[in-house]
Amino acid sequence: MLKKLKSIPEQVIRLAVILVIIVVVFVIVRAELVPDDFGELGHYRKGAVDEIASLELKYAGQETCEMCHDDILETKSNGYHRSVNCEVCHGPSAKHSEAPDEFLPSAPRKRDFCPVCHEYLPSRPTGFPQIVSASHNPVKPCITCHEPHNPVPPETPHECSACHAEISRVKSISHHAYLECKTCHEVPEQHKLDPRGNAASKPATREFCGKCHAEENEDYPGVPQIDLAEHEPRYVCWQCHYPHMPEAK
Amino acid sequence: MKKVIENSIERKAFFKLIFLSAFSIFLPKSLTAKNSSPEESPVQDENYNAYDHKWGMCIDIDKCIGCGRCANACKEENDVPREPFFFRTWVERYKIFGKGEVVIDSPNGGVDGFHNEHSERNPERSFFVPKLCNHCENPPCTQVCPVGATFKSVDGVILVDKDYCIGCSYCIQACPYGARYLHPVTKTAEKCTFCYHRLVNDKSPACVEVCPTQARIFGEMEKKSSPLVRFRRMEKIGVLKPALNTEPKVLYAHLDMEVK
Repeated sequence: MLKKLKSIPEQVIRLAVILVIIVVVFVIVRAELVPDDFGELGHYRKGAVDEIASLELKYAGQETCEMCHDDILETKSNGYHRSVNCEVCHGPSAKHSEAPDEFLPSAPRKRDFCPVCHEYLPSRPTGFPQIVSASHNPVKPCITCHEPHNPVPPETPHECSACHAEISRVKSISHHAYLECKTCHEVPEQHKLDPRGNAASKPATREFCGKCHAEENEDYPGVPQIDLAEHEPRYVCWQCHYPHMPEAK
Repeated sequence: MKKVIENSIERKAFFKLIFLSAFSIFLPKSLTAKNSSPEESPVQDENYNAYDHKWGMCIDIDKCIGCGRCANACKEENDVPREPFFFRTWVERYKIFGKGEVVIDSPNGGVDGFHNEHSERNPERSFFVPKLCNHCENPPCTQVCPVGATFKSVDGVILVDKDYCIGCSYCIQACPYGARYLHPVTKTAEKCTFCYHRLVNDKSPACVEVCPTQARIFGEMEKKSSPLVRFRRMEKIGVLKPALNTEPKVLYAHLDMEVK
């Protein structure tokens, strides 16, 4: 064995010693630099997860608000804003929940806050209540008429456009602009108070549109008319034409 | 001839030595590794065991009204810089005109809400799409990190270790969803954490908390009953950029094909 070692040329032994030193230094330096918990769960520092988990909370959460403000919760739970959590309008309030008197959450009172959600935008889903703030009681702050925790309109809206803004706008520039909504829809009395429980009716037959648009009808000169029996009899009218913006040529 | 054979044996021994010493590079890991059980939760909170959870989010595009409260709340909760190009979540407005023309805008990420633009053209379809880190099952961002500063935690949330991040921005380049940014002061990468500090306290992420129309549904991906699982069962679900096989854990209901 010793003989074998001796037969290794000296330069190889030196190289081997240097290599061993490099490896040992590498091991020591790495052990010093790499944190103990690195690589325990994966290629990362386990402690980082706990550091991120212990960051400060800014929003208290709806459950926290409910612990004290049960009066407002009751008002809110029956109104249209029941799904809107307190901190949507009042801002982050974790500090308030810890020291209620020292930190007061904000309460938006200006007219420019509510339109963030309720200004009319064509991109918003239909059915979501929207207004055009420029023409909807200008200057008055929203809260003079609407209680924000239960925002029923102060009076039942007369116009369908109060809720069906998208449709009324499209219709207003269409050939059907002068038709009233109730020409085609039967609207139950209760619809304005409980819209989903009392849905308005929709026409069901080709003959309904035919009242104006069938050829044999001579009461409406200038109205585009078709032969009901011949004109695409397989379909009902609104499968091709959008009644609020009929795009016939 | 004899000498040659002797030489070749020595060479063999030399290579053996080289290989052995090369293997010693891998020694440190086995030397330093602790024998902690892998089931031990990385969070030091006795009420939260990370192994019991797999978080995900679903966004119902039909419900989003584009108020941008989520983007605002995210900035409040996570101290995201207020400049209009640092976002952990933001809202995009899609306007789809005929013939493949799509206009997407996101003024200040939607933090101030959206406003009408005075244009004469009516889009064929228009809607809002909230976006955030997709918390991919196969995250491209963690793979490129040279120092192990960003990772998928055991509950499926992609996190950044800000003490370990060297600010090289590779992950920002790698994210196909543009969900990361370099913090202008700390110069480290930051991203949505699903409000991890809220999750461990049994609270929902800030954006979910403030969404007035419940367009964001948050919950467990793999439990039998959770709001998210029920929603997935009831609705038609899509993900962003499915062809990349990132397997996002942020799902979208009623997703339009034009959404990229």
